[in-house]
Amino acid sequence: MSYLEYSVKTIPSGLKKVLYVNWALVILLSAVCGVGFLMLYSVAGGSMQPWAEPQVERFALGLVVMFGIAFTPIWFWRNMAGVAYLGSLGLLLLVELIGTVGMGAQRWIDIGFMRLQPSEVMKISLVMLLAAYYDWLPPKKVSRPFWVLVPVVLILVPTALVLKQPDLGTAILLLLGGGVVMFVAGVSIWYFVVVAGMGAGLVTLVMMSRGKPWQLLKDYQFKRIDIFLDPGSDPLGAGYHITQAKIALGSGGWTGRGYLQGTQSRLNFLPEKHTDFIFTTLGEEFGFLGAFSLLVLYVLVVAFCVSAAMQTKDRFSQLLILGVAATFFFYFAVNMAMVMGLAPVVGVPLPLVSYGGSAMLVLLAAFGLVQSAHIHKPRGR
Amino acid sequence: MKRTPRDTDGSHRKVSRRALLMGGAQLAVVAGLGLRMRYMQVVESGKYRMLADENRINIRLIPPARGLIFDRNGILLAGNEQNYSVVIVREDAGDNVHDVLARLKDLIPITDEDVENTIKEMKRRSPFVPITVADRLSWEDLSRVAVNGPALPGISPSVGLSRHYPLDTDLAHVVGYVGPVSERDLKSLDDPDPVLQIPDFQIGKTGVEQKLEDDLRGKAGTKRIEVNAVGRVMRELDRVPPVTGRNVQLTIDAALQDYLHARLGGEAASAVVMDVTNGDLLAIGSSPSFDPNLFVRGISYKDYNALMHNDHRPLVDKSVAGTYPPGSTFKIVTGSAALHAGKLNTNETIYCPGYIELGNRRFHCWKHSGHGHLNLRGALEQSCDVFFYEVAQRVGIDAMSAMAHELGVGVRHDLPMSAIAEGLAPTKEWKRRVHKQDWLIGDTVNAAIGQGFVLASPLQLAVMAARMATGTALQPRLVRSVDSIDQPRTPAPPLGLHPFALDGIRSGLFSVVNGSHGTARTARIETDGMTMAGKTGSSQVWSITAADRARGVIKNEDLPWNRRDHGLFVAYAPYDNPRYALSVVIEHSGGSHPAALMARDIMLQTLYGGTPPLTAYPSFQRKDIEAQQNSLQLRDLAAPTTPARART
Repeated sequence: MSYLEYSVKTIPSGLKKVLYVNWALVILLSAVCGVGFLMLYSVAGGSMQPWAEPQVERFALGLVVMFGIAFTPIWFWRNMAGVAYLGSLGLLLLVELIGTVGMGAQRWIDIGFMRLQPSEVMKISLVMLLAAYYDWLPPKKVSRPFWVLVPVVLILVPTALVLKQPDLGTAILLLLGGGVVMFVAGVSIWYFVVVAGMGAGLVTLVMMSRGKPWQLLKDYQFKRIDIFLDPGSDPLGAGYHITQAKIALGSGGWTGRGYLQGTQSRLNFLPEKHTDFIFTTLGEEFGFLGAFSLLVLYVLVVAFCVSAAMQTKDRFSQLLILGVAATFFFYFAVNMAMVMGLAPVVGVPLPLVSYGGSAMLVLLAAFGLVQSAHIHKPRGR
Repeated sequence: MKRTPRDTDGSHRKVSRRALLMGGAQLAVVAGLGLRMRYMQVVESGKYRMLADENRINIRLIPPARGLIFDRNGILLAGNEQNYSVVIVREDAGDNVHDVLARLKDLIPITDEDVENTIKEMKRRSPFVPITVADRLSWEDLSRVAVNGPALPGISPSVGLSRHYPLDTDLAHVVGYVGPVSERDLKSLDDPDPVLQIPDFQIGKTGVEQKLEDDLRGKAGTKRIEVNAVGRVMRELDRVPPVTGRNVQLTIDAALQDYLHARLGGEAASAVVMDVTNGDLLAIGSSPSFDPNLFVRGISYKDYNALMHNDHRPLVDKSVAGTYPPGSTFKIVTGSAALHAGKLNTNETIYCPGYIELGNRRFHCWKHSGHGHLNLRGALEQSCDVFFYEVAQRVGIDAMSAMAHELGVGVRHDLPMSAIAEGLAPTKEWKRRVHKQDWLIGDTVNAAIGQGFVLASPLQLAVMAARMATGTALQPRLVRSVDSIDQPRTPAPPLGLHPFALDGIRSGLFSVVNGSHGTARTARIETDGMTMAGKTGSSQVWSITAADRARGVIKNEDLPWNRRDHGLFVAYAPYDNPRYALSVVIEHSGGSHPAALMARDIMLQTLYGGTPPLTAYPSFQRKDIEAQQNSLQLRDLAAPTTPARART
């Protein structure tokens, strides 16, 4: 679909665009970010420094970026998809060469005012590119092996680079995000069944290989799996994080221990309490009601996106919005599952709540794309 | 590329379908997350709340101050001393811990080793943990540290309590001492008090300190503190103050005890003084003694070895744990048994030719030429052996054994002291059981004069004297009050002994000291109304062959000193109106004479409540006695050695 297919007259222009912004989504996102500020203030022991204030600043910057992107016509972004992907890929390669090693992994490029994580940018670029790809690809060809292989390569190349950093969490998110776009675009369900079956087979094989001469993983890797399955087996070592996180969450009860009253985070029992494990502080201080409310907020964000996707007939817009929504969903679902002990600790932040500039900016930019698609959707006949 | 509308619509529908599928899957995941949240935060919340509290709350014990031990007059026997120490906190000391410690070294007496140990300890502990650099400092040292505080960042003075025994050697065996809790201590207790887990906490190891541990220890206080993940104390949540242990007052008279120890001197000897009106033990001495304070501080290997290898066995409490053949003092038992059984009357005389023959064995009297005709009184006075050989054969060993028990010999007296010996008053059945042999008449004859199997501790001998004096089954008593509450005392029931038997023995005991042929005539008291009665004894330990008979007696030693007889003396006074009874045992003194003299001196000291006048002594001894009195080094107990602060 091209620019020419739009009925230009129905596209809002100038200040009118402001009216067509999906304001509900903006409010929801701001609410989620607000929860983030509240929690960052709390985990700093009731202080704007060192986390809450920079986060607010980045949120402000992110809003500007979001609206900037939103008011730019969606077809521009479609045309930029390839550029964005290649750019992100370039950055990923760059980080391999000059990246700063932090937390045992090479993830950042220091660009002065903030540290940029190319892997975050890649999540959105990949979704954009895949949406553009399927917009371009005639629907009939979608399930043909060659045309399936192309997006698979497009997904696996950045995934491999991210995995090498190593950043397992982001790699998983890339795989899932890309996979969802392919799924929604109509790739035959049998491909997914086969891949899922092969994955299950591989896991079984790996687990069976333990203790055999042809063992497929190193012993320490098996140990990590053990600790994931039973964190109590190593409460002061590798299982410490997850054990303490569960204690924090669980001790919250129905209504929590009160704002700024969470002993687990207050007394530093919680690891990474301002990033990946921030949800535990929320659960500890605001209890089930607080934690569940955040979950509802997230679900509403996804729901509004899906609804926006249903409203537009533009295939690129649809796929883009659904891809962004899915990525966002996987973000919080994996993070929550992780801190609640349902998934291994892989290092996925809680979107818009965890402290982190790249993730915040990239996510807001992604929602800028969603807004752009919403504002510039084909209207009328 | 151009696309037909149908194409577009179809793909749009497919996207919608797939999107809905996706949404459904996502909702399922969200539902799972929500359920998990509910399970953790609502269903299992209690468990996690508890874990969170366990995480953050530490209960620290506050050690209680140990109860004090006083003598009968309120003189402190065991107190708590302020222990001044200096501690360092690494994180407050800054980067130059070494400089700080070097400066500290110029101020107080600490060694390079102390400094090294401190640094080693600091490396092991978290930076906020206070580490003791030096303890048992003087107040002056502590003040110097306090004054120089600004130059010593991280260093602070600290005050704790530690046990102190102001009369050191005098009551080492009675009061005992405290020491750190050992693994064995923990195991031997059914329900170990958590306070025992406090590092450096000390519990009673011997003597009253051990036996009255439950009273003295007190109850630990607790403080609940909130700690963070690395254990740093964030704040104190609440505090239950410790309960100080109960104070214990003993029946001991510290001044008399001090005199007794001085008088025992360097002999391997012991003496027990008892108030016969109520059984109070006024003094229990065992010599040589040791300084229990050494044990509280952690005795050095050298000091401990010196104590262990001393042939006078300072660590053994000879007064209650030492058992000796009572020798002729046991004739009191033999005589009582015969009189009570009606096998002897006080006027009856027995001829002593110097020996008796039993079968083919000859048993000698100590006076080989014989005593001639003697009645009971004369036989006691001159300690004739043959008389009692004869009497013992009439009455039999079992009746003698029963009488010994009646008089407190061969009975374990229940006192809060360590290793109280039972002694032995043998019976036929006992020999069969233990030695698998029949009782021989020769055994009876030996037992008649307190040799052979018979064993008694100085405590038992003192009890025997007290029971003879009062005619009651007096029980010895060491604890006068606990927590200012007097220990209940029941009046002693009369002995199962006919009054005429008592009188018969008593008159003999009077003659031993005061009679013209008395074996302890030189130990008589001249003061009117303070006449002493008593009985000498000497026991030939090493002529007895069977090794187990010598239980409680020195082993593995073949110094000439240890081949000599033990000297014993039991006494009570005044004869007409008995007030005090005592026993003295001097190991290897060669005979009973030194014991008798020592007993007389102690008795006079007790009767006068201080140094007796020389007129109490026979005139020919007064010069020597005066020299002896002047040479004894006694403590000045009028000015208490315990500063007031030690009472806190």
